[in-house]
Amino acid sequence: MMRAFTVQVGPVGFRVGSAWSGPIRALDWLYADYPKPADGIPDFTVRLEPVSALRRWVRPSVAIRGDFMLPDAVPTSLAHGLLAAEMAMNLQVAMGERRFLLLHASSVERDGKVLLMTGESGSGKSTLSALLGEKGWRFMGDEFALIEPETGLAFPFPRPVSLKNEAVAEMLRHVAAERLGPEMVGTPKGDIRHLKPPTEAIRRMGESGKPALLLFPRFGLARDVRPVPPSEVFVRLTQASTNYTMLGERGFEALTNLVQRIPACAIDYPDTETALALVDELWAELT
Amino acid sequence: MRDARILAWVLADPSRAAQLRPHQWTAMLTIAQAERLLGTLAHRLAGLDVPETAARVLDRARRAAETDRRQALWEAEMARQALAPLGLPVLLLKGTAYLAAGMDAGRGRLVGDLDILVPHDRMDDAEAALLAAGWEWVKQDDYDDAYYRDHMHELPPLIHKARDRMIDVHHTILPLTARARPDAAALIGDAVDLGNGLSTLCPEDMVIHAVLHLFADGDLSGGLRNLWDIDRMLREFAESDGFWDRLLARSRHHKVTRYVSRALRLSHHIFETPVDPYLAWQGRRGDLFYTGRLLARNGWGQDTAKLLRFAFYLRSHWIRMPPLMLARHLFTKWRKGHQPIR
Repeated sequence: MMRAFTVQVGPVGFRVGSAWSGPIRALDWLYADYPKPADGIPDFTVRLEPVSALRRWVRPSVAIRGDFMLPDAVPTSLAHGLLAAEMAMNLQVAMGERRFLLLHASSVERDGKVLLMTGESGSGKSTLSALLGEKGWRFMGDEFALIEPETGLAFPFPRPVSLKNEAVAEMLRHVAAERLGPEMVGTPKGDIRHLKPPTEAIRRMGESGKPALLLFPRFGLARDVRPVPPSEVFVRLTQASTNYTMLGERGFEALTNLVQRIPACAIDYPDTETALALVDELWAELT
Repeated sequence: MRDARILAWVLADPSRAAQLRPHQWTAMLTIAQAERLLGTLAHRLAGLDVPETAARVLDRARRAAETDRRQALWEAEMARQALAPLGLPVLLLKGTAYLAAGMDAGRGRLVGDLDILVPHDRMDDAEAALLAAGWEWVKQDDYDDAYYRDHMHELPPLIHKARDRMIDVHHTILPLTARARPDAAALIGDAVDLGNGLSTLCPEDMVIHAVLHLFADGDLSGGLRNLWDIDRMLREFAESDGFWDRLLARSRHHKVTRYVSRALRLSHHIFETPVDPYLAWQGRRGDLFYTGRLLARNGWGQDTAKLLRFAFYLRSHWIRMPPLMLARHLFTKWRKGHQPIR
């Protein structure tokens, strides 16, 4: 017996089935402003199932299943059901997408030009994209940037932003608390709250932009800016892409084109104010 | 959607897709993905008018199958180069064979491992040559390793350290412990040379191998895809005169007529395959259980019919091993905390 939820995010439609109503209610709230899959057919199916019949009721434990699965995926507690759904949806895209080159990067757009930010978990790329999305940029996504190989354009995938640990307090300085979802404490990734993107970002989630600048942010270090040579950018982006090898020659061409066309910088920053100032500076230098 | 019938129904006749409503599309695509038949479905529906999202899903699957095809054929070529110095031709089995021979069964099909057949007395040479060429043992314990070597019809799986692809080196097409004993020398003796250092089994043996792989080599996981392979081969090979007679004779020679007969009936029942009535009429008890097991998947992609699945899991061991050996095997696996069902 499955409770169902569907949603369209950018070019991808999802169907989530859950053995429990909790995660579905949370998804309904978080994605209230999003449209449903256009012709009623989702791209990917995700299932949240009890690991065994007993664990539906006793200390409920959520197994993450779906079209694409990791054999060694660790079950989560029902309290973290929303996170499980989000992870499962990301996994479908990461493993299943073949049309776009997928970069593990956040992205924001201004005047039709796109700023891409990529880095390890904790680099601040998520928080930066969410902040920029409140300050005159169009938020395009905090998790994946979708590059269309044939055109080189970046397409939005504006999921709710997953804010971790101290990023929650930081974000609350800039946005109304009503836009933040329930706090999930002690997840494998720390304490997490989801942020609803601006409605503008959702309304325009079909609009692509031209990549113009790539940043490798690192949080927690003294202010520093270093240009990154194309060869290094290439290697780092192959690692940041979940489907680069699956795309074969198309992936190689998409990535080499991107790397040769746009400048890239590594930026270190001790706080968000410094980061935002750096972004403004580097963006102004482009034109 | 109660079971996977909707997928079989459209695979058998793609024009039926025009009648599907959105929720049926969703169920069919999900089931196809779970049964590893989405690339196949994409090929069957190519050129037909389908809803936009379905077209997007099918396009992904088509691209995935194309990548898979290229990798599988490259892997076959790598094996050919590794075994060439031994004077061993690479006799391809299953998916890679269908692709290399350009058969209908290969269209859109995903291929996991590379399966090849090598004469029993050359297994040690083949193993050494593959190890020298960069394949290495998948880490496993002594029991599993000894089990493979003493009782199975293949070497323990090898994986290539750079390309991360698996090769299964078989010396026959059924475990040595199984009750049926196909004629391995005839399999190799009648192989068909593809002219590029690669070869496949002859058409009748290809069908028989697919049949044994379906019934006698596991618990019918992925069975719908394996049955689809059989449907495609039967339709393609039946175009040549005398195929059904040759298939009957060959089945008798390998002493597996019962299995072949059942596969024909199930393929006819599920995929509407035209089959030879005489060959398909060799005992038919239990077909309903097989049909139920093969279609045991709902519109969410979930496994259904848990009890039937478990029964087939037990059966897969029962037909593979004599009772005492089975008891010892299950006890060892249980002590190691092996999960009986995926």
